[in-house]
Amino acid sequence: MTNSLARPFRLPSPWRAGVILVALVLALPVLTVFGFVFQPAGEVWRHLADTVLKDYVFNSALLLLGVGLGTLFGGVSSAWLCSMCQFPGRRVFEWALLLPMAMPAYIIAYTYTGMLDFAGPVQTGLRDWFGWSYGDYWFPQIRSLGGAIVMLSLVLYPYVYLLARAAFLEQSICVLEVGRTLGAGAWTGFFRIALPLARPAVIAGLSLALMEALADYGTVQYFGVATFTTGIFRTWFGLGDAAAAAQLAALMMSFVFILIVLERWSRRQARYHHTSGRYRHLPRYQLRGWRAVAAFGLCLLPLLFGFLLPAGQLLAWAAQTAERTLDAEFLRLVWNSLGLAGAAALLAVLLGLFMAYGKRLRGSYGVAAAVRVAGMGYAVPGTVIAVGVLIPFAWIDNRIDAWMRASFDISTGLLLSGTLVALLFAYTVRFLAVSLQTVEAGLGKIKPSMDDAARSLGLPPNQVLARIHMPIMRGSLLTALLLVFVDVLKELPATLILRPFNFNTLAVRAFELASDERLAESATAALAIVLVGIIPVILLSRSITRARPGHE
Amino acid sequence: MNKPDTAAPLLEVDRIRVRYGDLPVVEDMSFHLEQGRIGCLLGLSGCGKTTVLRAIAGFEPVSEGEIRLGGQVVSRPGWSLAPEQRQVGMVFQDFALFPHLTIADNIAFGIRQQAASRREARVRELLELVGLGAYARGYPHQLSGGQQQRVALARAIAPRPALMLLDEPFSSMDKDLREQLAREVRAILRHEGITAVLVTHDQLEAFLMADEIGVMHAGRLEQWGSAYELYHEPGSRFVADFVGQGVLLRGTILNDHQVETELGIIDGSIDPAFGRNDDVDVLVRPDDIIHDDDSPMLTEVCDKAFRGADFLYTLRLSSGARVLSLVPSHHDHAIGERIGIRLDLDHLVMFRR
Repeated sequence: MTNSLARPFRLPSPWRAGVILVALVLALPVLTVFGFVFQPAGEVWRHLADTVLKDYVFNSALLLLGVGLGTLFGGVSSAWLCSMCQFPGRRVFEWALLLPMAMPAYIIAYTYTGMLDFAGPVQTGLRDWFGWSYGDYWFPQIRSLGGAIVMLSLVLYPYVYLLARAAFLEQSICVLEVGRTLGAGAWTGFFRIALPLARPAVIAGLSLALMEALADYGTVQYFGVATFTTGIFRTWFGLGDAAAAAQLAALMMSFVFILIVLERWSRRQARYHHTSGRYRHLPRYQLRGWRAVAAFGLCLLPLLFGFLLPAGQLLAWAAQTAERTLDAEFLRLVWNSLGLAGAAALLAVLLGLFMAYGKRLRGSYGVAAAVRVAGMGYAVPGTVIAVGVLIPFAWIDNRIDAWMRASFDISTGLLLSGTLVALLFAYTVRFLAVSLQTVEAGLGKIKPSMDDAARSLGLPPNQVLARIHMPIMRGSLLTALLLVFVDVLKELPATLILRPFNFNTLAVRAFELASDERLAESATAALAIVLVGIIPVILLSRSITRARPGHE
Repeated sequence: MNKPDTAAPLLEVDRIRVRYGDLPVVEDMSFHLEQGRIGCLLGLSGCGKTTVLRAIAGFEPVSEGEIRLGGQVVSRPGWSLAPEQRQVGMVFQDFALFPHLTIADNIAFGIRQQAASRREARVRELLELVGLGAYARGYPHQLSGGQQQRVALARAIAPRPALMLLDEPFSSMDKDLREQLAREVRAILRHEGITAVLVTHDQLEAFLMADEIGVMHAGRLEQWGSAYELYHEPGSRFVADFVGQGVLLRGTILNDHQVETELGIIDGSIDPAFGRNDDVDVLVRPDDIIHDDDSPMLTEVCDKAFRGADFLYTLRLSSGARVLSLVPSHHDHAIGERIGIRLDLDHLVMFRR
């Protein structure tokens, strides 16, 4: 008898320690930021508090309020029309309404600026038409808080649409039919039955959209709106005060925590809102005449302004400037972006697999909590993560450098903070949740008896993962890779802060060119990002049409 | 495992206790099984029988007692040999076939370290044995439930395990298929000379498959024995009630070989622990009550169930107590009719009241 001392299903303890260690390391940025809450307020912080802090709070709150209303209206109305009504074009809208998700907010923001500012086609056309000249007419200022709200709403409503639509489809049709027998028409049925039942899902979608809105840097920076993200940037680079930036980030995190709690709470509620497990084909309300036209219009608006129009403008700009922009420099941008996104995706999926499998093997309290902590990063804005990464990394770099200089008279310089290591680490913190969620869902579908069967046939636990789980969940792993890949490709603020000197990506380059008012030239890079961003949208729309209760 | 100790039984479960956290699931459980025998744990769902099986497989640690395979300890408190090192095959309730592998690859999974030629020969042999030779290149989802069951069995048998565990192997099948498969599986286990432990809640399945049966109740083993012993010599009220049909009839001990009941005086051997005039319950099986038109003892038919070859009558005695009787089906009596019976009891089973 071999005296292996491993107890069955007690994790090899390196594994358990590994899961907890990874979670701790990934929590480092947020912990760092919170650590500064307890530091005495410095000169800069007092200055901020006296001058701009209330602007940050006020603008961020207004932004959230506006985006909240915008995404709620756009998302819920289109979801209801697409899931419960029948009108021309519904089948196309059902998936096409997700397209604006492929459009990063900062890209749509400068596209609209190009279209709507004084020299843009819209105002020029108006002037030519009416014979106006400068100062003769009023035109809404796109570069404003209101403009930012519209831009963010246009690209973030799909979060609400997605979850609300799923909730409407999952609602047992019996409930709505009971409503009809009790005399509730389509409108009453919507406001009195369907919407209250879908409320948890709608709130979950809303909180996701608001997390994105709060995390946005590119749009508000471009529009010159002072919010938390731009404030952190300015404090860090403009005033050079890391501590004050971190304190600002900590304050911002309190907004984030409200959103996290809101999302968790509503997801828990959602579970209790299924009254019946019976599903049937949904008999949709047939819309005709002006109602059909109105429904068509209501669904077309977000699609048109959120995707078709800006994408068309980008295409036109890219066509104009292709000769100049498609050069060796552009190829290097593509290479940098793809390489970085690929590496980050691989890292996130490997870590996600490691943690999810650790939790499956032994769902002890510690391991489960560690996995939960590691998955929290999706709520933390990229700016906050960047600050939280840079402070400890710079400290470690300085220590190593000082020690090496003292001991060996060698200066190591920046080993972590100025390199791709910092960038990859930040991406992992932010996007591990994406891969973790996908991998956990995939693992959850594999019955535990599968593990037992493999082990009774002589396979140790780590080989069970490689030979049974990974082949079975190949699809989930690929999806996770792809989702992280695209998210990294679109990510702007953390990349701006953490990238090594002279290292550019498509997102950074597009944003820089746009900031320099070279809008047309930035279109090629922006278009590349949008095109890649469409891939997960296709995946999503395929999975939602497949996963419809009551349909084969 | 190195050389098995030929003197020891193949499987010994020795006073084990298993708990989930603070919740005791199996208490003070002991039994053993000789090489080549088929044992069965029989009980209602939640009685702990599957947990015993999982402890033998190495998936659950024991908090007290020992499990020995071929005389070697594989589980004891604080230590447990990993499942993959036990050479114990297992067939799961849901079969747990690997969906990404072909039927042949599923069966070959446990013998992947063998040379290709030997492995392929073994897979072919097993596919023939379970009658699925044509399906080697197919995938599990293309098979019916019964076919998947056979593949699961072949996969578990392939490495020639010292012991085979079967967890509710036929629970997802309909009744006819269940009987047929149980016979097939028994024949295959016999053919391969495999010692096996089966877990089921279905007593017919247990009777069909097993040489020895343990009845479990609330985490404890009530009785271990052959089907015949469990039926005719139940050791507890639970076993008497759970295995087969029957009723308990009040009686009084007259002397060392007679009990008086409403159906008359019954002769039999009486445990000396019982004393004269003790009040007891006597187990009366449906086959102990013979329908006899000439008998002066009349009972009223209060229910009947046609079962093909026979009727199962529920009869009311004059005291109001009810007994069951198995009567050939050409004796068709209406409910409410009074029919004659006599008692023909071979095994006197009594419990103190």
